[in-house]
Amino acid sequence: MASTKTNASNRYPHKHLLGIEELSDSDVNILLDLAEKQVRVGRLAEKKSSILRGRTQINLFFEASTRTQSSFEIAGKRLGADVMNMSVSSSSVKKGETLLDTAATLNAMNPDILVVRHQSAGAVHLLAQKVECAVVNAGDGAHEHPTQALLDALTIRRHKGGLGQLTVAICGDVRHSRVARSNILLLNLMGARVRVVAPSTLLPPAVERLGVEVFTNMRDGLAGADIIMMLRLQQERMQGTLTPSVREYFRYYGLDEEKLSHASPDALVMHPGPMNRGVEIESSVADGPASLIREQVEMGVAVRMAVLETLGKVPS
Amino acid sequence: MTPAGSQANRELPRDTLFYNARVVDPAQDIDMHGGVLVQKGAVAAIEENLTEAPEGTELVDCGGKLVCPGLIDMRVFTGEPGAEHRETLASASRAAAAGGVTTMICMPDTDPVIDDIALVDYFMRRARDTAIVRLKTMAAITRGLRGKEMTEIGLLSAAGAVGFTDGRNTITNSQVMRNAMTYARDFDAVIAHHTEDPDLKGNGVMNEGETSARLGLTGIPIEAETVIVERDLHLADLTSSRYHAAQVSAEKSLDAITRAKNRGVSVTCGISINHLCLNEHDVGGYRTFLKMSPPLRAEADRAAMVQGVSDGLIDIIVSSHDPQDVETKRHPFAEAADGAVGLETLLAAALRLVHSGDCDLKDVLACMTSNPAALLGLETGNLKPGSPADLILVDADAPWAVEERDLRSRSKNTPFEGDRFLGRVLRTMVAGRTIYE
Repeated sequence: MASTKTNASNRYPHKHLLGIEELSDSDVNILLDLAEKQVRVGRLAEKKSSILRGRTQINLFFEASTRTQSSFEIAGKRLGADVMNMSVSSSSVKKGETLLDTAATLNAMNPDILVVRHQSAGAVHLLAQKVECAVVNAGDGAHEHPTQALLDALTIRRHKGGLGQLTVAICGDVRHSRVARSNILLLNLMGARVRVVAPSTLLPPAVERLGVEVFTNMRDGLAGADIIMMLRLQQERMQGTLTPSVREYFRYYGLDEEKLSHASPDALVMHPGPMNRGVEIESSVADGPASLIREQVEMGVAVRMAVLETLGKVPS
Repeated sequence: MTPAGSQANRELPRDTLFYNARVVDPAQDIDMHGGVLVQKGAVAAIEENLTEAPEGTELVDCGGKLVCPGLIDMRVFTGEPGAEHRETLASASRAAAAGGVTTMICMPDTDPVIDDIALVDYFMRRARDTAIVRLKTMAAITRGLRGKEMTEIGLLSAAGAVGFTDGRNTITNSQVMRNAMTYARDFDAVIAHHTEDPDLKGNGVMNEGETSARLGLTGIPIEAETVIVERDLHLADLTSSRYHAAQVSAEKSLDAITRAKNRGVSVTCGISINHLCLNEHDVGGYRTFLKMSPPLRAEADRAAMVQGVSDGLIDIIVSSHDPQDVETKRHPFAEAADGAVGLETLLAAALRLVHSGDCDLKDVLACMTSNPAALLGLETGNLKPGSPADLILVDADAPWAVEERDLRSRSKNTPFEGDRFLGRVLRTMVAGRTIYE
């Protein structure tokens, strides 16, 4: 199917951004090239443009999020769109409205872009079928978080010149992570070698079928890695259900200076945030010279501007 | 009484030659007439015509008696910490030495429960300072043995726990069991599980069947064991982990385990010596010392399990030494605690299987030496040159009767009171030191 995915027209061919799964390598490059320009814009004193003037962007978050939601909000506003935030967890859902009722209601308001986060895998796809505007998946359950994978790719590309031939170790709670799934797809698409490193209880079944090398020993998994992506471990998963305790998790799977020393000497460290210092990552590494964690946040705004611009310009 | 460990352990190991012996070492598939030379605490030689040794070596003419590796008892409960009036590590180790057990694997069912690295460390220091045989501990699979949250399997292994078990408790939540087995696999840790469904057991106190009906006691069906065994085997298959059914009692359980082994699942099973030597009829006069978990089964099951030892289907034989005091045993049968002591009678009772002609000596000894050593990764349990000289000299034909007052264990709840055995330990050696004679 590779040939049908090839996109020579240099135009993003999709109405939505629902997942990395739907994208070709050239789709990814189109978005990253545009994001590259937005990085420069974001560093100017005058950041605002009128590209999306008159367009309405609704951030529909069924699951609380500070970082992603504000990143999308800033991105939309810099492009001149009218941005509205809806935290649905606190309103309609509690009154018993279904996901599709909410979609129909919003659709009637004629928005141009819907940015959606939902706690259930597949919910954003379902919603996209019921509305007429462009939909951006801002995270659906443990399925996908495509803008996170794109911003990670942009960050890596700016430091390493590209993604192909790199060895990337994704470490931690892969099983429950949409970030991991989107990154595995994107990195494989762009020709990187992907490893996952986690205790078996935090790996999805048959994970090796996703095109990754699996390691349960972190030192082995980091050996020679160019990029280390740490994942957040939720509090409720470190109290004896899937891992025994914070101290044991940190001992065997927390990124500290010693474990980092097994990676390539110029290895870079990433984390989608928010971090648990002393759980999955040590402060000296999170704040150290190898860390790209703050830069990822900046790239997040640029990538989301590129996505919103691309989808917002498509005539509906 | 002097603190047991201190003196014996300070004594230097003495070079010793055991000659004119029947030497049996299952690890090397040896059963021969010959000798074993011990030098500097280790086995130096094991040969057929070994009769000479360097000057200064103690020469022991064994007169054709048995020399074999000291036993490894993989399931021992003590009362330390928390119930020292029943048994301490020191008193248990003296009982072990007299019974030919040179390595005891202690269960974490103590108070506090051994579910934390500080307690493993405490155990190892107490063992080093007070015990005269080798002591290792298993740690709990779940915190407080509550069957809910898994313990720090990685850190506990690193601290010295040789395996993981919830001791007398069965983990009924299959999700908890799956997660623990999955996690344990990453650390190559063995999960040893007591397989008795507490809900199906209910108020049962002995094997369910005609005997329980006649005695008017509530029965425990075989299925209380088989449903957990079958579930665990599926989970072991699913998680590719190392699973050990700590003590099975029914032929149906053994069949299921054998089928799983044949499918390539990494599984082993153990049995207590009580279930190989006794059956439900022995409960006859409501003798509470024969109340145990799992309960003594019907004669057909007992006989099938003996056959299982002979066929090599059962990997481990344990004493399941469980000291209980008057306050827990002097009750009507249904209200008495489970458990029986067994360190001192383990070998003699096991020799019954040999004297009866049901099992080969080497096969029985394998279940108490090389097999547990292999399962837990111990360097003992064999007489290979270079291995620590943990060995015993046994008169396999010496008659004796079990008398409560002669037991070294602090608790006297033996199910073999008054029974006659053939086979006594003459000498027990740990790392070349004689600790019992």
